[in-house]
Amino acid sequence: MLQTEVMPPSLVLTLNGESRSLDAPLTVAGLIGRLGLDTRKVAVERNEAIVPRSAYHETWLEPGDALEIVHFIGGG
Amino acid sequence: MEINLTEQEIVRYSRHILLGEVGGTGQARLKAARVLLVGAGGLGSPLALYLAAAGIGTLGIVDDDRVDLSNLQRQVAHSTDRLGMAKVRSAAMAAQAINPETRIEAHETRLTAANAAALIAAYDLVCDGSDNFPTRFLVADACVAERRTLVSAAVLRFEGQLSVFKPHAGADLPCYRCLYPEPPPEGEVPSCAEAGVLGAVTGVMGTLQATEVLKEILGIGDSLAGCLLLWDALAARFRTVRLPRDPACPVCGREA
Repeated sequence: MLQTEVMPPSLVLTLNGESRSLDAPLTVAGLIGRLGLDTRKVAVERNEAIVPRSAYHETWLEPGDALEIVHFIGGG
Repeated sequence: MEINLTEQEIVRYSRHILLGEVGGTGQARLKAARVLLVGAGGLGSPLALYLAAAGIGTLGIVDDDRVDLSNLQRQVAHSTDRLGMAKVRSAAMAAQAINPETRIEAHETRLTAANAAALIAAYDLVCDGSDNFPTRFLVADACVAERRTLVSAAVLRFEGQLSVFKPHAGADLPCYRCLYPEPPPEGEVPSCAEAGVLGAVTGVMGTLQATEVLKEILGIGDSLAGCLLLWDALAARFRTVRLPRDPACPVCGREA
């Protein structure tokens, strides 16, 4: 029982169109780390807006957030 | 603006002139415009063809590459009988065949740190359809420095991205580096030559890019500045998301 009490609360959000449950609290920077992504290769969209790179550490994710990982492409 | 169109031009552009948002004044504005295309490949082909057809007065095309057989699956400004020809010359021939009224300035050179500012400053608006990250960042930074609107598209596999960058036009409008602050680590993001691209995807993205160029010149509709359009062709899904300026952007942010 003690173990349950120290479990971090979970955060249910949508990631790339699929429902995911992640440990809270979590920032955009934390999410990228947890997904093992390289910040130089992606942009992060939260609730239909790109999150500025400089705000990754201070942007706390909230329940119900819709997140999409946008991949950096440069072909012509 | 003085409407300076010949009788032939009034016939050629009659379907534009019929549009209330364009009219004779808008068509004259297109004729007075100078647009630079960076890259005469998959995106540059539809750009060159549609912008020439639309009556853009002067089209600059910069590319140092030659037409290769592997280009022809998507680079529709080129053709089998022009294999080996400089792409800028081949694209100029295709554009002129559609509209001899458009003046083509062919720059058969690679865009470099040494020539980017002068080339870009010589045009009103720039389209990036290049195929590598060093060129994309060079174009983006030079456009901010020279206060030129950049209509930028990119493709890979079945995906496309498009935006308009004009931080000089508003304090909340982003530049390219607000989206991608630095080039990806070398060799970590594949090119079309490495990962492939569906030919028609470049056609759609280059044509969307041409549409945004015309909107910017005409000053009509909602500008894509401050927004990013994403297209997933496999999912048949278009989305437009907000793209704010990054206050800490090294190029257009508060500290820059």
